[in-house]
Amino acid sequence: MSTASLADKRAGSLRGASLPKWSPWAIAAGSLVVAVGIGLAAGLDSKVQWGLIAAILFVLGTFGVAARVEGRRQAKDRVATSLVWVAFLLAVVPLVSLIWVTVARGVKVLDVYFLTHSMGVVADSEPGGGIYAAIIGSLEQVGLATLIGAPVGILTAIYLVEYGRGRLAKAVTFFVDVMTGIPSIVAGLFILSLMLIFKMQPFGFAGSLALAILMMPVVVRSTEEMLKLVPNELREASLALGVPKWRTILKVVLPTSIGGITTGVMLAVARIAGETAPVLLLVFGNPFINNNPFEGAQASLPLYIYQQYSQSAGANAAYDRAWAASLTLIAFVMILNMVARGIARWKAPKTGR
Amino acid sequence: MAKRIDVSGLTAYYGSHKAIEDISMTVEPRSVTAFIGPSGCGKSTFLRTLNRMHEVTSGGRVEGKVLLDDEDLYGAGIDPVSVRREVGMVFQRPNPFPTMSIFDNVAAGLRLNGSYRKSELSDIVEKSLKGANLWNEVKDRLNKPGSGLSGGQQQRLCIARAIAVEPKVLLMDEPCSALDPISTLAIEDLIGELKERFTIVIVTHNMQQAARVSDRTAFFNLAAVGQPGRLIEIDDTERIFSNPSVQATEDYISGRFG
Repeated sequence: MSTASLADKRAGSLRGASLPKWSPWAIAAGSLVVAVGIGLAAGLDSKVQWGLIAAILFVLGTFGVAARVEGRRQAKDRVATSLVWVAFLLAVVPLVSLIWVTVARGVKVLDVYFLTHSMGVVADSEPGGGIYAAIIGSLEQVGLATLIGAPVGILTAIYLVEYGRGRLAKAVTFFVDVMTGIPSIVAGLFILSLMLIFKMQPFGFAGSLALAILMMPVVVRSTEEMLKLVPNELREASLALGVPKWRTILKVVLPTSIGGITTGVMLAVARIAGETAPVLLLVFGNPFINNNPFEGAQASLPLYIYQQYSQSAGANAAYDRAWAASLTLIAFVMILNMVARGIARWKAPKTGR
Repeated sequence: MAKRIDVSGLTAYYGSHKAIEDISMTVEPRSVTAFIGPSGCGKSTFLRTLNRMHEVTSGGRVEGKVLLDDEDLYGAGIDPVSVRREVGMVFQRPNPFPTMSIFDNVAAGLRLNGSYRKSELSDIVEKSLKGANLWNEVKDRLNKPGSGLSGGQQQRLCIARAIAVEPKVLLMDEPCSALDPISTLAIEDLIGELKERFTIVIVTHNMQQAARVSDRTAFFNLAAVGQPGRLIEIDDTERIFSNPSVQATEDYISGRFG
C-alpha cells in the first residue's frame, strides 16, 4: 500500500483501522508455537534457541500484522514496544532463573543449625557444619569497611559539590573515577603488599581496608549525584537567613538528600558484601569461629562459597552448603536493599497535603 | 530597628564579566524602595550585593562600598554570615525547606543560629506567622510539611521565615512573580505593614506593583547588550511615574522601550 493511497483513504477522517487489545498476546502466543514447531522440526536441542526464534518471530510478526492493518507509523510504534518487551524479558529471565536455582538448591541444607554452627572439624566432603563463622566474618568485615568507606566517601562528595573549586577538585574527581575502575583483586594486592612490609598474618580488618577502598568511589559518585539534586535555592534560602555554610550543609542540604545518600551507601555495601578476591588474599578463611577481626584469619560468606566449591573434590554435601551460603548472601543483600528503600521513603521530603 | 543603606561606587562581577557598574544610592530606613528595569540589567545582582549573597555565586566579586548605617558591609573583618542576619532576603520562587514542618521552617533561622527554649520559639514563630498574615491559615497544621501549602502561602511562609530572625533590612527579589493576583495583593498589603518595622527593598517587573507599594523607585538599564547595568535614576515613586527626569525612564514606564 503506497503512502499516497493511504493518504487518500485517510483524507477527512481521523479514524483508522486498529488492532484489538489482545493482538500482542495473540502474536506472542503464535510466534511461540511457530518457534517450538521450527525447533522440533530442525531438531534444535537448546531451549534458548527456541526462545530467540520466538522473540525474532514476535518482533517481525508484530510489524507485519500491524503494517497490514494499521499502517506503517503504527507498525513502527508497535515494533518499538515489542522490542522493549523482548529486552525486558531477556534481562529478567536470567535473573529469575538465578534466584530460582539458588533457592531450589539452597534450601536443602539451609536451617537454623546451618546458620548457627561452623565447619569446625567437619571435613569438606562430609555433610553437616554451617556458616556461622562466615556470617560473623562477613558482618564484621563489611561493617568495618562501611564505617571507614561511607564517611570518607560522603565527606569527599560534600567537598566536591559544596566546596571544591579548581584544580584540587578536578584531581579528586579524576582519582575517584580511576578508583571506580580498580579491580577488586588489585585492591587486595595493595593491602597485601602493606601486610607483607609489616610482616603481618591474614586478619579480618585487612579485608575491611580493601573493601573500603572498593566502596569509597561508589559512595562518592552516588552521594555527589544526590547532593547535586538539592536545589541551590534551598542553600541560598538558608545562607540568606544568616546560617553559616557548614550548618546549611548539615541541617538543610544533607537532610534533603539523606534518602538518596542512604540508598547509595546501601548499594555500595551490597556490592562489597559479595567481593571474594580481596578476602581470599587478606582474610584467608577459617573453619573455626573467630570473633576478633583484628587478629587471626576469619571466614566470610563469598569466600566460604568459593572454598566449599573448590576444595571439596565434588562432594555433594559441600555443593549443598555452597548453595545455601549463596542463598544467605543474596538474602542479606536483598534485606539491605529493602532497608535502604524503607529509609529513602521514610526520609524523603514530604509533600503531604 | 530599621537601618539605612548607603551604597557608593558599587561594581559587581561574575568572573571577568562586569554585571553592574558604579552604582550609588541611599535607601532610607522604614521605607520601601522598588527596583525596576528590563531583564538582565542587574537589579537582582545589585540586590544580592546588599547582603553579600552575590559572592555565593561562583566567580562573584564586588568593588565599592555598602554602608549599613555606618558600617561597610565589604570592609575588612566583616563576617558575611552576620551581615545576612541583619539583611534578610525573600526569593523569587517560594523555597520552604522540604524536610521541615511549617513550624520548623519559620524557626529554622533561629534554630540554626543558636539555641532557644521551646516556649520562646513558639512565641517567635507565632509572631512571625502573624506578621506574614499566615497565622490564621496554618495555626492548626504547624506540624505539616511547608511544601504542602499553596504557592502564595509558601511565599508568605518564606517571608515569615525571613522576619523571624529580626533583620534590619528585608530584600525581596520579585516576590510575587510566581503568584496569582490575590496572593500578590496579600503580599503587597504585607509589605505595607512590614515597612513600619523594616527597611524594604523590592525588585519587580510589575510597574503597577512598584507604583503601589514603594516610596522610592530606582530605574536600572544597560546601555547595550553585553554592557554592564547602570542605575539610571532614583527618585520618589510619584515623580518617577509622573515626571521622570530621564527620557529612558519615561520610555520604559510608558512601554516605548526597545
